[in-house]
Amino acid sequence: MRGVWIMADVTFREATRRKIVWAALLAGGAFLTLFAAAMHFQAKDLARYNVPPFIRYQVQSSILQVGFYAADVLAVLLAILTSVDTISGEIASGTIHAIATKPVSRWQILIGKWIGFAGMVAVYVALMFAGVGMVGRVVTGIVTPRIFLGGALVYLECLLALTMTVMCGTWFSTLTNGVIVIGLHGIAFIGGWIEQIAALTNSPHLATVGIISSLLMPSEALWHRASFEMQSSFARTLQFTPFANASAPSVTMIGYAVAYLMIAFATAIHHFCERDL
Amino acid sequence: MPLRWQILWTNAPGAPLHKADGFAIETQNLRKVYGKKVAVRNLSLSVRCGEIFGFLGPNGAGKSTSIKMLLGLVKPTDGQALVLGAPSGSVEIRRKIGFLPEDFRFYTWLTASELLKLHGKLCGLSALSLAERVPALLELLGLTPHREKRLREFSKGMLQRIGLAQALIHEPELIFLDEPTSGLDPMGRRLVRDVIRAQRERGATVFLNSHLLSEVEITCDQVAFIKQGEIVGTHDLRTESGGEIRVVVSAQKLPAETVAGLTRWCTSIRKEDDLLTFSTNSKEVLPEVHRYLAASGADIFSFTPERLSLEELFLKIMGEDRGL
Ligand SMILES: Nc1ncnc2c1ncn2[C@@H]1O[C@H](COP(=O)(O)OP(=O)(O)OP(=O)(O)O)[C@@H](O)[C@H]1O
Ligand SMILES: [Mg+2]
Repeated sequence: MRGVWIMADVTFREATRRKIVWAALLAGGAFLTLFAAAMHFQAKDLARYNVPPFIRYQVQSSILQVGFYAADVLAVLLAILTSVDTISGEIASGTIHAIATKPVSRWQILIGKWIGFAGMVAVYVALMFAGVGMVGRVVTGIVTPRIFLGGALVYLECLLALTMTVMCGTWFSTLTNGVIVIGLHGIAFIGGWIEQIAALTNSPHLATVGIISSLLMPSEALWHRASFEMQSSFARTLQFTPFANASAPSVTMIGYAVAYLMIAFATAIHHFCERDL
Repeated sequence: MPLRWQILWTNAPGAPLHKADGFAIETQNLRKVYGKKVAVRNLSLSVRCGEIFGFLGPNGAGKSTSIKMLLGLVKPTDGQALVLGAPSGSVEIRRKIGFLPEDFRFYTWLTASELLKLHGKLCGLSALSLAERVPALLELLGLTPHREKRLREFSKGMLQRIGLAQALIHEPELIFLDEPTSGLDPMGRRLVRDVIRAQRERGATVFLNSHLLSEVEITCDQVAFIKQGEIVGTHDLRTESGGEIRVVVSAQKLPAETVAGLTRWCTSIRKEDDLLTFSTNSKEVLPEVHRYLAASGADIFSFTPERLSLEELFLKIMGEDRGL
């Protein structure tokens, strides 16, 4: 296991040196500032027009979901973009030759790298969720329910994206890998929203299409579940916003996502151990 | 032995690493095919422990691929290889193996000493021995002034030096060097030569890929020539005898039938004006040839045997075509 920790440590440091991490932090910070300002002015407007408190609560808590969603998108992109180069790039540059000839197994190298990136993304998700949660609490007074569960689900989504990126990186060049993983996430994105629309419009065919997309790549489904968890049942009755989560992915879908991740992980290890470097 | 070697190679003099006649590397019909391209055709090699083994061949001959198979980076399509007695690619045996890749690259944000520490840790060295070995290796390779510099500021030759340092950090028994001097200045080459010799003195085996034949000639004990994925010859550089000797004779009044009679001992006989050149495989016959020529009544002004340089041997074995 020593090899795993050495690799995790160096990968974490490698990841945090990338400019993209700082860009993501900056983008996150800028977003939070804008978001706080927007929430603040909206709260003022709502007060001015004497909106009844329960509607105000519904509107504000669904806008809070926009904040969490932004955090989710940034974190997933960060997970993909930092790790997209790690296997393919190191094979192409030959960096891997000096590592893979040391007395560490290839699976240790791969797991170590994965842990390094996972650690970096964990920090990012925690920071962003803390930021959005704070904005909600300070500006609107809304305490986001089950924010830890929501954060964990979003983190699981990031890990899924990370694992897929690492797995494809054992096969494809950096560019191809990026296109594939972002494409997959695009399918998941569309699938997740189609399911929402299907539930709102009561359309079973559309729901099937959505579910198939989510089965192809269940990442966005995790977000929808997270969002569902982070709203009180009262807030969820507001049906007309895209974050109302008319239909939450089932627990089975979460289980499916976990199984998906583990199979991708095992495939990544297997292929990395087998391939020529 | 200079003092710095002694600091570095704590287990150096006296305690040989292996039984004298063991093999560090043994391969049988090793083969690697990429798609349709046969990179290594039929590699059967034996490298003795404690030997400096030169692996020579033109570009694309399959040298790097062979090393990668021995290190387990690349899976052979067919054949077997034993490295230090273990099947190639076995993880534990890598504790005793060092490797300098063809084109050493690493995370550019690491400083020279951080890089050595990282590689030392990967090899399982303790913090205590790292504290001793990292500065010693930096000193040995002339990188002490650059120890806090990041790799991105390193030149090609400096990268190669630090790459060599990481290959030696754990005092390996077997060291693979893939063109270790290609980017180095003359001092650097000299240094690498000294380092390789010091490795032999402490009993390590060195497997060396190189194109710089004059260097191979002065460092290696044994060489093998590889062409289009196949061994086409081996040559022992330690033994004085063996190997082709070319003789240049300057003589006048040499009868044509005497020249023709040289075929008894010699090959590739050529006569141009007063210069006669021929080749022979053994220096034992030279006195006899000399007497034979003198007995013909010719006036001999000089009789100069020359050993074929490794470069000439290389070109002869590889053929005079352009390579590739
Ligand atoms: N990953 C690969 N895929 C396809 N062909 C490869 C691959 N690696 C090497 N080859 C081919 O195998 C042959 C041997 O390559 P190798 O790198 O072993 O040569 P080399 O002897 O080290 O050459 P050089 O002196 O230029 O370093 C070459 O023809 C090369 O094109
Ligand atoms: Mg090569």
